[in-house]
Amino acid sequence: MSEGHDHHDGHDHHNAPLSEPAQRVKALEQLLVEKGLVNPQALDELIDTYERRVGPRNGARVVARAWTDPEYRKRLLDNAARAIEELGFPPGPQGEHMMVLENTPRVHNLVVCTLCSCYPWSVLGLPPAWYKSTAYRASAVNDPRGLLKEFEVDVGDKEIRVWDSSSEMRYFVIPERPAGTAGLSEDELADLVTRDSMIGTGLAKSLARRADENRAGK
Amino acid sequence: MNGVHDLGGMHGFGPVVREQNEPVFHSDWEKRAFAMTLTAMGRGVCNVDEFRRAIERMPPAGYLAATYYEKWLYALESLLVEKGAVTPEELANGHAAAPAPAKATGSLGGGTGVESFDDSAVKLRFDKRFKPGFKVGDRVVARNLNPEHHTRLPRYARGKRGVVRYDQGVFVFPDTHAHGQGGKPQHVYTVVFEAKELWGPDRNERAPVYLDCWEDYLERDRTAAKPAIKPATKVSGKTATNKAADKNKTTVKAPATKFAAKARMAKPAAKAVSRTRAAAAKGRTRKGHKR
Repeated sequence: MSEGHDHHDGHDHHNAPLSEPAQRVKALEQLLVEKGLVNPQALDELIDTYERRVGPRNGARVVARAWTDPEYRKRLLDNAARAIEELGFPPGPQGEHMMVLENTPRVHNLVVCTLCSCYPWSVLGLPPAWYKSTAYRASAVNDPRGLLKEFEVDVGDKEIRVWDSSSEMRYFVIPERPAGTAGLSEDELADLVTRDSMIGTGLAKSLARRADENRAGK
Repeated sequence: MNGVHDLGGMHGFGPVVREQNEPVFHSDWEKRAFAMTLTAMGRGVCNVDEFRRAIERMPPAGYLAATYYEKWLYALESLLVEKGAVTPEELANGHAAAPAPAKATGSLGGGTGVESFDDSAVKLRFDKRFKPGFKVGDRVVARNLNPEHHTRLPRYARGKRGVVRYDQGVFVFPDTHAHGQGGKPQHVYTVVFEAKELWGPDRNERAPVYLDCWEDYLERDRTAAKPAIKPATKVSGKTATNKAADKNKTTVKAPATKFAAKARMAKPAAKAVSRTRAAAAKGRTRKGHKR
C-alpha cells in the first residue's frame, strides 16, 4: 500500500519510484483530463470534502442532538436522511437512504457490509480499513459476540442485532447515552460519541474514560 | 455470483486488524483513484451496481490480496474500457488518442465536483407505487439462488427462513442493473434471520442478522402457519386521493428500466406521489423500532 518502500531505504520519498498503482493512477488521471472526463480541481475538492468536511464528527453531532432533543430524535427515526440534513450535512453519495438504529438497555446494534464495504458516508465519512477487511466482513454476521470481545466491548447478554448492508439503505447506530451526563452541553456530549460507537463496535465514552484520556493528553 | 467477495460467515481470516489514528487515505494515489471513481459514476460512466460487479470479477486470489483502492482502480479501469470511454491503448499510454465519446460523458455534461451528485443519474430508489409482494410480519424464505451474474443475496442467507421486519421502499434491482438489463424496480425488505436458522441449532443465541432482500430474492414460507408478528397498522396518511392512486397501481407493471420509471413518475399528480412517499417514510418507523 505504501509507495516506494520496496525500492528505497525510505529517506527520500519524493524521488522514490512510484508504486504500480500510483503509476497507473497518474497515467489514468492524465488520460481522463485529456479526454475532458475529469477536472483536477474538482478532484481536489472532492478529496478535501472527505478528508476535512465529512467524517464521524458529523455523526456525533447527530447523536448528541438526538440525545438532547426528543423532537429531533423523533424526526431522525422518522426520516433519518432529512433530519441529518437539518444539521447541515447533505446526503451526498452513500447517505441518501438512511435508517438509524437506536441502542437500548436490551438491544445492541452492529453494522457490517459482508459483500463489499457499504457505509453511511454522510455521517461517518469514509470507512476505516478494518471495516472493509475480510476478517470483519466474515465474522460480524456469524460471531458478533466474539467480534465485540475483540473490540473490547462488553454488551453483557443483550441481544445483538447485526445489520448487513446489502442494499442501498445505510445504517448507523445511536449509542446509549452514558450515565451521569445530564448536565452536559451538546458539544460536550458530541465529544463522547466515537466513530466505532456509531458502527456498533464501540460504546459512547463514559465520563471516566473521557477523564482518563484527557489526563493522558489525548 | 458465488464469488470470494461473499464473505459473511467464513472462517480463517484471523483477528480484525485496526490501525490507530488511521488517516482517511494512505497515499496520494488512493485520493486520486477515489475522486476519479466518484466523478466517473457521477457522470454516468457506470452505475454503482456495475462498479460492484466489476470488483467482484477480480480473480479471487487478487481480490483477497488487493487493498480497497486497488480494487477500485481495477474496477474503474476495466469499466472505462468496457464502456468505451477509453481504449486499452490509451489506458496503457496515459494519453488520449481521441476525445471521449458523448455517451461516456453521461447526460450531465456539466460539473464534475461534489455538486454533480445531487442531481446525477444515480437514482436508485423510487416511490411506492409498485405493489409490494410482502408485508411486515410475513414469514419468508430467501430463495436458493446461485446465479453467475451479480447478486446482493449473500450465500449465508440462501434457503434460510426469516421474517419481514421493514419494507424499505422500491429500489433498482442490482442483478439486472449491474448488467445493463434495466432497473427492474422492486421492493426491498429488511428480513430478520435468527442465529440458529443461519448457523445451526447449537447457536441458540440472540444475535439475529437483519439483511436487506429485494423482492425477487424472497418467497413465502409455506411451512409457516401464521405471521410471525402482527402486521403493521395501516399508514394513517392514506387519503382518498392515494386510494385512487393505489387502484391504478395494480395495473402498473414494473417498467423495464429506471428511466422508464422516472418518466412514469412525472406523469400522475405529483402531489399524490409525494404524499405517498411521505406517508411511506412515516410508516417505516411506525412499523419498526419496537424494542
